[in-house]
Amino acid sequence: MDIFLQILFDGLVIGAFYSLIALGYTMVYGIIKLLNFAHGDLYMIGAFVGFTLLSLVTGDGGLNTGLLGIGMVFIITMVIVGLLGMGVERLAYRPLLLAPRLSILITALGVSLTLENSSMLGWGASYKVYPISLPKNGFEIVGAQISYAQIGMIVLSALLMIGLRLFIDKTIYGKAMRAIALDQTASSLMGVNVYRIIALTFFIGAFLAAGAGIMSGVYYGTINFMMGFIIGLKAFTAAVLGGIGNITGAMLGGFVLGIVEAYGTFYLGGSWKDVLAFGILILFLVFKPTGILGAKEMERM
Amino acid sequence: MKKFMKNKKQSLSLLIIVMLVLPFVLNIYWLDVLTFVLFYVVLAQGLNIVVGYTGLLDLGYAAFFAVGAYTTAILMTTFHWSFWLTLPVAFLFAVVAGVIVGAPTLRLRSDYLAIVTLGFGEIVRILAINLEITGSASGIYGIPRPTIGSYVLSTQKDFYYLILVVAILSIIIVYRLGNSRIGRAWVYIREDEDAAEAMGINRIRLKLLSYASGAVIGSFAGSVFAVKMTAIAPLSFSFQQSVMILLAVVLGGLGSIRGVVVGAALVIVLPEILRGVDDWRHLIFGVSLIVMMVFRPQGIWPAKHEADDEDDLEEDESKDKKQSVPV
Repeated sequence: MDIFLQILFDGLVIGAFYSLIALGYTMVYGIIKLLNFAHGDLYMIGAFVGFTLLSLVTGDGGLNTGLLGIGMVFIITMVIVGLLGMGVERLAYRPLLLAPRLSILITALGVSLTLENSSMLGWGASYKVYPISLPKNGFEIVGAQISYAQIGMIVLSALLMIGLRLFIDKTIYGKAMRAIALDQTASSLMGVNVYRIIALTFFIGAFLAAGAGIMSGVYYGTINFMMGFIIGLKAFTAAVLGGIGNITGAMLGGFVLGIVEAYGTFYLGGSWKDVLAFGILILFLVFKPTGILGAKEMERM
Repeated sequence: MKKFMKNKKQSLSLLIIVMLVLPFVLNIYWLDVLTFVLFYVVLAQGLNIVVGYTGLLDLGYAAFFAVGAYTTAILMTTFHWSFWLTLPVAFLFAVVAGVIVGAPTLRLRSDYLAIVTLGFGEIVRILAINLEITGSASGIYGIPRPTIGSYVLSTQKDFYYLILVVAILSIIIVYRLGNSRIGRAWVYIREDEDAAEAMGINRIRLKLLSYASGAVIGSFAGSVFAVKMTAIAPLSFSFQQSVMILLAVVLGGLGSIRGVVVGAALVIVLPEILRGVDDWRHLIFGVSLIVMMVFRPQGIWPAKHEADDEDDLEEDESKDKKQSVPV
């Protein structure tokens, strides 16, 4: 029982990262029907920008900065990476929005390679140790060790997701996004500045991915320029699992995938973890391509 | 260059003669580079069928390369088969693998295919690392040399000629396929899937066929790779490899046979020349993918005269582009 609960909780933390990244995938897909391969790399850039800023703030590497300083770093990093996401959209994707699908997919791949390798040139190819580490203290529930930091991460992710949900449901920008997802031409005729809303979508997606990036840096302790590749794939799986284009689905899919993977790793061994995730992806695409919460009808092309 | 193009047959035979003579001129290092260019020509032609003709983005193409290489390696080392006998088995496995990936996803949007092939490529690599029969992470070594009659292929030159033959063969196959009824159907599917289906093209079957043909050519290169290297490891079949092959196709020109040959040469030779800036290599590749797609999506040497009526088609295309309403 204790081990069961422990795995569940570890899965929840990883699932929170997946959810945050999957949101960016699903939003961009919902709005311009593009699989942004580079999205996982924005998460990686988030981890690195956070690393640099935290190194500046903490200086000697101790945990002598207050929560305020760390909070500031979080926000600044997320905004920087959000702007980067917008820049990527402006330079690489916008010229191709009318081009054949294949071109924009290949471009997305190019963006991914570019981000990975610029990060390698800028920060180096070796693993970097994150400047702050988490306090290990926590509490015990029926034998499972749960740290306050884990709770904090899940709460923070949940807050970000609730914030996004409110933003999309309540604000005029959210309304515009939903309108574009339904019918781009009609929205543009109704006076919605389509390009600006697409840029905003990329900003939010990258913003959330960067948040996940810093949190995972703090959680795992090390970061590397290739860390975005696999997790990007996993987050995509999570988005498909929940129903791509569906915001709540992406959140749910992330947590489900995180938990399934945590149990899978425990029972099958770590080397099969990735196979499990891709296996789930393929099974879902075959039997239920609309996902758990996906829209009823789905373009089958 | 124009004069060169006028006499297509002459220049082709000249090129083949040059390729035949080259091993006697080049030193062992450049001969090796050239051999790898030819491997890439074969791989890129195979991928050209899938991405160039049919317009399906395959991001795990190295998996088929791996299927060929591992099938040949396992059959030759564990079961002591002859190299030539392993080829049909490798082709069969490649077709099966192609159908396994293709069948579930070809009904969906082509974007899904891209990500599923990516996942499939990773699964194949992870299987190769974890399975006993594929020699785990260290791979398989001590693969015997192939023989023709009593002659054992063992020198650099032998393998250069072997892969040259394979490359010419694959170019002829891809060229013939591209100009056949099947090839036209593929291009039709790429240009407008709905219209193609309305015209009676069975798009699922043809996409699967495209997928399987690409897989067979990829596995052919893999089989030859296994006997040339005598040792194979999962590292050769990574995602990076798939990306490099794709880059060769995109740089050269999607659907253009000669373009893809040039692309393959560029992808292999440029890094050799730019040894000093090795770290920048992948960054340059990434940026060039974006730049090519934004400014010259048809590639360095596009497929213009590949078919006689292609010119009319292109005119229509450009008209279409002007007419399309920006959304």
